[in-house]
Amino acid sequence: MVGWPILSLTTFVPLIGAVFIFLIRGERDVVIQNARNVALWTSLVTFLVSVFIYVNFDPTVAGFQMVEKGDWIPGLGVSYHMGVDGISMWFVLLSTLLTPLCILASWDVVRERVKEYMIAFLVLETMMVGMFCALDLVLFYLFFEGVLIPMFLIIGVWGGPRRVYAAFKFFLYTLLGSVLMLVAVLAVYWVGGTTDIPRIIDTVAFPAGMQTWLWLAFFASFAVKVPMWPVHTWLPDAHVEAPTAGSVILAGVLLKMGGYGFLRFSIPMFPEATADLAPLVFALSVVAIIYTSLVALAQEDMKKLIAYSSVAHMGFVTIGMFTLTTQGVEGSIFQMLSHGIVSAALFLCVGVLYDRVHSREIARYGGLVHVMPAFAVVFMVMTLAAVGLPGLSGFVGEFLTLVGAFQVNTWVATLATTGIILGAAYMFWLYRRVIFGKLVKAELRSLPDLTPREFLVFAPLVVLVFWMGVYPATFLEPMAASVAKLIGDYESALAAARSVAVAAQ
Amino acid sequence: MESAIVFLPLIAAFVAGAFGRWIGDRGAQVITSGAMVVAAVLSLILFIQVGLHHAPRTVELFTWIDSGTFEVSWALRVDALTVVMLLMVTTVSACVHIYSIGYMAHDPHIPRFMAYLSLFTFFMLALVTADNFVQLYFGWEGVGLCSYLLINFWYERPSANTAAIKAFLVNRVGDFGFGLGIMAVYLLFGSVEFETVFAQVPEVAGTTLTFLGAEMDALTVACLLLFLGAMGKSAQLGLHTWLPDAMEGPTPVSALIHAATMVTAGVFMLARLSPLFEYAPAALDVVAFVGASTAFVAATIGMTQFDIKRVIAYSTMSQLGYMVFACGVSAYSAGMFHLFTHGFFKALLFLGAGSVIHAMSDEQDMRRMGGIWRLIPATYVLMWIGSLALAGLPFFAGFYSKDIILEAAFAAHTPIGQYAFWLGLAAAVMTAFYSWRLLFLTFHGTPRADERVMAHVHESPLVMLVPLGILAFGAVFTGWLFYDLYVGHDAHHFWADAIFVRAGHDTVEAAHHVPVIVKLLPLVFAAGGIALAYYCYMARPDMPALVAARARPLDRLFANKWYFDELYDAAFVRPARLLGVVFWKTGDGRVIDGFGPDGLAASTRRLAQRVAALQSGYMFHYAFAMVVGVVAIVLWFAVRY
Repeated sequence: MVGWPILSLTTFVPLIGAVFIFLIRGERDVVIQNARNVALWTSLVTFLVSVFIYVNFDPTVAGFQMVEKGDWIPGLGVSYHMGVDGISMWFVLLSTLLTPLCILASWDVVRERVKEYMIAFLVLETMMVGMFCALDLVLFYLFFEGVLIPMFLIIGVWGGPRRVYAAFKFFLYTLLGSVLMLVAVLAVYWVGGTTDIPRIIDTVAFPAGMQTWLWLAFFASFAVKVPMWPVHTWLPDAHVEAPTAGSVILAGVLLKMGGYGFLRFSIPMFPEATADLAPLVFALSVVAIIYTSLVALAQEDMKKLIAYSSVAHMGFVTIGMFTLTTQGVEGSIFQMLSHGIVSAALFLCVGVLYDRVHSREIARYGGLVHVMPAFAVVFMVMTLAAVGLPGLSGFVGEFLTLVGAFQVNTWVATLATTGIILGAAYMFWLYRRVIFGKLVKAELRSLPDLTPREFLVFAPLVVLVFWMGVYPATFLEPMAASVAKLIGDYESALAAARSVAVAAQ
Repeated sequence: MESAIVFLPLIAAFVAGAFGRWIGDRGAQVITSGAMVVAAVLSLILFIQVGLHHAPRTVELFTWIDSGTFEVSWALRVDALTVVMLLMVTTVSACVHIYSIGYMAHDPHIPRFMAYLSLFTFFMLALVTADNFVQLYFGWEGVGLCSYLLINFWYERPSANTAAIKAFLVNRVGDFGFGLGIMAVYLLFGSVEFETVFAQVPEVAGTTLTFLGAEMDALTVACLLLFLGAMGKSAQLGLHTWLPDAMEGPTPVSALIHAATMVTAGVFMLARLSPLFEYAPAALDVVAFVGASTAFVAATIGMTQFDIKRVIAYSTMSQLGYMVFACGVSAYSAGMFHLFTHGFFKALLFLGAGSVIHAMSDEQDMRRMGGIWRLIPATYVLMWIGSLALAGLPFFAGFYSKDIILEAAFAAHTPIGQYAFWLGLAAAVMTAFYSWRLLFLTFHGTPRADERVMAHVHESPLVMLVPLGILAFGAVFTGWLFYDLYVGHDAHHFWADAIFVRAGHDTVEAAHHVPVIVKLLPLVFAAGGIALAYYCYMARPDMPALVAARARPLDRLFANKWYFDELYDAAFVRPARLLGVVFWKTGDGRVIDGFGPDGLAASTRRLAQRVAALQSGYMFHYAFAMVVGVVAIVLWFAVRY
């Protein structure tokens, strides 16, 4: 074990960077240049530090590692408690990987309020990482809600023409969930007498009736984040209006907060309610997969199409984790990671086009393979990963979740599997309209192919997509122990509840 | 060695694809073709080592997916089935690679084309060497991807774009079943490795599985789901609509992917999973039924097409039907035998057709050909050889392999076997008919092309003719050479554990004892088909039009491919689009947003406006409101107490 507080370091280095940027003064151009440089280097250093989390991680331990604990509000028993297990570690890495890429992707695209933009991204990173590391309910809630503020600003300030509408829609939806969750957090505290997450999971058993209500309250918040049907309509608007990098973080990390929340709170804290309400999740997820895939088929805006595809892909995630089978849960985590990479890359692809043509309308494109062959290759790889071609990252998660689902309910598995047909349909249809065909539109004739900077952004993502597809063991192995504990605890809690029920009769 | 066979094409594909700009067209051609020739030679050695000396083996490379008890490795399993496929795939692929050097000489994207071909070969080899269901699925989808890329090779053509997407999507429908099948297998056996699964089949046989609310025989469900995958890949009736459209791709692609190798993956799968299917007789009946129907329907359509490549495409579909129903009547080895011989003669026919198209300045319509046999004699002879082999004339490859299938179907002595036998016979007549129709229309009669094209007709270069010669050698001799080994008296020894047939099901063995008349019938029927074609297209060229006019509904039905495309368009494609728009505009827009955030915002605003209207600023309004309020309160108290 390392002696230094590696998790806190990962969490707060970006914040320090943000403060630095805040303090930069001088000529406008100099300020902008310095702000970019500081932001990039800060995020790179953060990523390097976070790599040490992976290096130090012991895959045989199921519980939390690299734990840091200190008193914070002793009167209420609230503490500053950080730690990662095999599940949250991956999301920390995902966040720290995507942030530098986002900053690089916005390098000379964002020209207005560059300083504030970079600050917003670094603060966002702190919030994301902190949220995945937090092991205290209050701390978690702070980070969880904190994420929304920079995101709200990024959409609302640097977004497209309808940014205000999108930002408020985003805020309204998430606020509704958050309020209910806050009530639930208070209730958990009243019953459990502590805000310490590991202690609640291991020692507190909530009464069955209460579990349902608490589960639903948390669900309201997480379902919006995922987003699950029918509370998904904020996502397409938010994506369309957000700047490219905002979309990347939104799809790459923010959507995973919901899935992570289910794994960290709903399932371990309220196992009985989980068992009772899993069919609800299945139903909503299956609807999401089919419904949003069909909607994606009808889209004329590239970003909207990918946004809808995100909802469909996250449907696999929610199905997988609520099967509570090893394959289902591991598959859903893997699917979240893969989706984090792939959808991020797809939004970056759209960004590449938007920067050149300033349109997201599919009909404005066509025949790009003639002028942008390298881009066509990258876009193809990501398209294939999105449709779940074996050998690329998308397949492993999708297939494992379905394997898990088939063991629980063949209807769910069968209906969800139709998603692989529809998914291929809308992605290939998109690809065809943008990339293939004759190059007839005059304004596309002179488009430059990927620049070195853009290459740099895509390279790690392409490598990861192949890596995750060919050798997913790198990612599955470290999460195995934690997932096994999650499922084991769930099953023993259910068994205990049942024996109590039998004894009562 | 098996690693070299599988990975050489991958490396070549990578080099040609990524560095094509630097190594040039010639470099890409040399590297990919060279790698394929080496792989083909190694495959022959492996065939002798593993196949003839009966030394099956499995090489584990490394872990792929490992989640709980769901364990999958990258592995190369080499047994009799594998080496048969390896030999055929690498040989045909090497021929196609070399042929492409000539055929694609004027294309501006040679490195890309060669890279795709090699990449395809890699996926195909990964498919046949799979030792578990998931790797099989990997190769399966991989070849599907390459098929998509190659159909779409001329990406400027909208028709190619559409055909490519269609091919991928229809195959995805099959893969939907395949995927579910794998999940069912894992649920039933707790493993997806062939060895482990096959060992447990007898125990699992007879158990039931609740699938979609109905309790059904577990193995039947699993096998039918898996068969759906085979139907997609092997273009069986229902999921066949993509194959004719796939002819949009360059001709070498049609030869390699859509005739010799990829489309036979479904048959390979059935043979590979024979231990599973043997215990699911109901599923086998479905397999036989679908296969026989496919053989028949495809042949009927083949008789009416005018695009030279489409004729051969439907012929491929029809022959795949034979292979599939062979598996359906437990004659897996016969199916594999036909797969093997068919790979050679069908690739020959396609490449020969390519040679014709090349000579005719890219003309594909047989109505604008004719009278060119003196101009391209080598191609003409090669096409004859291919057709003779396809129709199953004595001592050509198809004669051995097709007859054993029909005999096995007859020897099954089941209603479904009889069905397959008679439909197969009918298809045999039609096969001979459309093959010679093709030959007569293309090479004989008066030239129907314009003078410019006719003046340009020329024999293909040696780089194209030599591969054709090799394939022709296969089309002539593979049947005769491999008969004993695959379906004759060495068969049991050769296939050993690779193919499993339950005791009493051995139709291939029984096929050797069918009445002589059954053995003769296919030959008679084929000869009849040729004679009929001669009569219709040489002796009385006005006959086809007359017949078509007489049997107009039937002619329309065949020429319009039994209206499958129209049916699917109306049943699936349009509704999906429509639903998408409805869900989007009405579902998301009106209902969810209407009652959700937008509705909330709007009603808040309305409320605020109403409230704001109260603040008029006139004192008497406020005073009036106060008076009304006071009166109301007083009244309320008065009534209450």
